[in-house]
Amino acid sequence: MLGAGLFIAQRVTALILAPFVIAHLALIIIAVHGGLDAAEILARTRGNPWFAAFYQTFVTFAALHAAIGVRVICAEWSRGRLNAIHLDSITLTVLLLLFCMGSFAVFAVVV
Amino acid sequence: MGGDELRVNIWRGGPGGGEMMAYRAPRLPSQTALDVVTWIQRHVEPGLSYRFSCRVGMCGSCAMTVNGVPRWTCRTHVKDVARRGIGIGRGERRPHLELAPLRNLPVLKDLVCDMSEFFRKWQRAEGVFHGDRGEHGEYIFRGGRGDGHRDNGHRSNNGHRGRHGKHDTRDTTPAPILPADPRRAAADAAIECINCAVCYAACDVVASNPNYLGPAALNRAWTLLNDARDAAQYERVRAIADGGGGCQNCHSQHNCARHCPVQLSPARSIAGLKQRAVRAAWRGELL
Repeated sequence: MLGAGLFIAQRVTALILAPFVIAHLALIIIAVHGGLDAAEILARTRGNPWFAAFYQTFVTFAALHAAIGVRVICAEWSRGRLNAIHLDSITLTVLLLLFCMGSFAVFAVVV
Repeated sequence: MGGDELRVNIWRGGPGGGEMMAYRAPRLPSQTALDVVTWIQRHVEPGLSYRFSCRVGMCGSCAMTVNGVPRWTCRTHVKDVARRGIGIGRGERRPHLELAPLRNLPVLKDLVCDMSEFFRKWQRAEGVFHGDRGEHGEYIFRGGRGDGHRDNGHRSNNGHRGRHGKHDTRDTTPAPILPADPRRAAADAAIECINCAVCYAACDVVASNPNYLGPAALNRAWTLLNDARDAAQYERVRAIADGGGGCQNCHSQHNCARHCPVQLSPARSIAGLKQRAVRAAWRGELL
């Protein structure tokens, strides 16, 4: 279900995500307290390469982390009825889905 | 029986299923849950099956689920658990006890579980000591560095012994293993397990992943990974890092440590195994 490779990937992505989550929350709080509306936020994010790099990295690691987590939940929920091919398919589907959705969101606020 | 009466529900059945049956037993001083089962079998229900041996907390064979919690019944005083009994009806003030077979193990009959899978997982986790063999097949522990550390690289126990000198003889003094050595101390902290399967029954990961090796087998593997005399370290690391049921599937919920009757912490052993597995994966030893 969870080999050493996926186990390491899950831990490493969690480590990487921690500062991203803190920075993301801080950004939201600052934006809200600053009284910025959607147009003002978009004016700051559009064409900003740092913003794009930050959130695209965030999206990539979040998709990896969540896909492995969903794999474990599915494996345990099925109580061994899902084999490795099923689990690999679920992991890959969730990974691609989250990566594409996240990338579209980043694209929407940056470009 | 008057006021000093105990209401007891016991799970009766077999592999095909079963149900809780209600019994009554006298309440006695210093009474254990095992005493209650024994009394019911001798006086009320001769067909009741259960397993016990020493009755003094040495063998671990009398483990059952008592009021929803896996326990050694011989070390469970009725006064400690009956007050917290579940399933007590409204207005019911009498002490109540509910006994069921251990969770996560197939039932053979009534309170008796089939332990085969539990012990098969011990074998799968390489829970068996593999010593180096001398030329006459005898176990040997020569050389070493005396500090408990040794070469744990790619090596099997079938004859290739990189750490021993060619000129070792039966007179070569074995390297001492000091009790204070950190690896020996780690093994000692986990070695008192007597295979009662209480931790296995308490583990939610075993319940949801039947392939998971379980806390007892992994705890045993941890003691052997810290045994400087053992010669199958490489094989054991591969066994405990198995993708289907290896140590990395543990969720660190610590149910095993919470319920262990001898206060061991298999969860801590598994945490150590996870580190070993990661190190082995990093070195490419799991490929």
